[in-house]
Amino acid sequence: MTIVGMTGDEAVAYAVKQSKVDIVAAYPITPQTIMVERFSKYVADGEAQTEYVCVESEHSALSACVGASLTGARVFTATASQGLALMHEMLYIASGLRCPIVMGVANRALSAPINIHGDHSDMMASRDCGWVQVYVENAQEAYDWTIQAFKLAEDRDVQLPVSVNLDGFILSHSMEGVDVLEDEAVSRFLRLRKPLFRLDPDKPITVGALCLPDYYFEFKRQQFEAMQNVSRVLENVNKQYRSFTGRNYGVLETFEMEDAEAAIICLGSTAGTARAVAQKLREQGKKVGVIKLWLYRPFPTEAIIAATKHLKALAVLDRAVSFGAPYGALCSDVVSVLHTMEERPKIFNVVYGLGGRDIQPSDIELVFNEALETAKTGVVKGETVFLGVRD
Amino acid sequence: MTSEEKKLGWKSLPMGAVVLEPGSSLKYKTGDWRAFRPLVDKEKCVNCLLCWIYCPDAAIVRKEKWVEVNYDYCKGCGICAKECPKEAIKMVEEQK
Repeated sequence: MTIVGMTGDEAVAYAVKQSKVDIVAAYPITPQTIMVERFSKYVADGEAQTEYVCVESEHSALSACVGASLTGARVFTATASQGLALMHEMLYIASGLRCPIVMGVANRALSAPINIHGDHSDMMASRDCGWVQVYVENAQEAYDWTIQAFKLAEDRDVQLPVSVNLDGFILSHSMEGVDVLEDEAVSRFLRLRKPLFRLDPDKPITVGALCLPDYYFEFKRQQFEAMQNVSRVLENVNKQYRSFTGRNYGVLETFEMEDAEAAIICLGSTAGTARAVAQKLREQGKKVGVIKLWLYRPFPTEAIIAATKHLKALAVLDRAVSFGAPYGALCSDVVSVLHTMEERPKIFNVVYGLGGRDIQPSDIELVFNEALETAKTGVVKGETVFLGVRD
Repeated sequence: MTSEEKKLGWKSLPMGAVVLEPGSSLKYKTGDWRAFRPLVDKEKCVNCLLCWIYCPDAAIVRKEKWVEVNYDYCKGCGICAKECPKEAIKMVEEQK
């Protein structure tokens, strides 16, 4: 076991180095910058045999990645916020052309007003772009999921790009101890990419051809199917990774859910705070639990139904706001998967932490207490609560 | 794509809309969205080739004494009929 002190961004860069990536094309943007800084240093120092392509924008970065991926290369990029927004059209091209690119996203609020701090507005605005989306809780998970992301993306039943999301600053810039694998172990876990097809002058193929109403629909149906395959493939990826690390990953992680009456479901670093508060409330005899999603796209419908079966109240935490929508993105998804259950928990939405607004244990305790009250009375007081905003 | 060609479903098509065979665009017929079909009256045609010059899709085929239309690619724009000095080309509605 080797523990290295790394920030979330550094953990991603280190994982990318060990994953023997052929091409990286990326443009620096706060709070993702450390990922590309560290990685370009690895390249400059000869520690990574990767071609680092300097580009003039995020749109170009992902364009270069798409081209590189189509040659059969293993490709990585990284971005955040406005950079992800600038990539938007290329996100769909990467998934539509079935490029298994892995992207680190240090989640950050979107302008305006301009803000550099963490929330999930950037990736949530791209949630239907055909990318597999993973959210991590700490630097260790950022490292572990980056390595696993390549194996998942490149699986022939998936062949989709994967984004690994870490909360801007809270994870991207906070140093933690990360248990890293030996380079050789990563190489054994992550074999060379074997593409189904690739651009090769000796065996010419055409990619990106025009598809009119007579064919386009079929290719979207294929992408839908590839997403359906993710859970099955991921189970195997997680199992293999466990044999190297002993660490258990899946589509989601539960804490004290077996007999919980009230629970919080959330993404990313907030899950750690929620667990600590749940632990404290458990000691006071309150039946609370936490569900943390690792996988957000595809949405782990069955696992969420299984985890919430005996629950009376569920608070869904969204670190992004969906203007004009009935709920935040995560809450909309949770409500729609639970509507098939005959007896389902009362649900309310908590929008929090926008623009990096801190979320404290006392805030989480308020949410748990509200959820416990809802469990007791069966009445939802407010469908959407804005936690920590000044009136 | 002509209607008689069998179109593959999503389970059989290559992933990511990749075209695995080089030069296969020759097999792709583009005349299927034509609403009007040009008909050449061989009796009236003097083989002046104005239609052949004006056709934006190179869908006029030269024969020894008259012209014919390649319906695999003709989009039915009607420029040939408009330009024909002998009114030898008539546009008729396609029957579905």
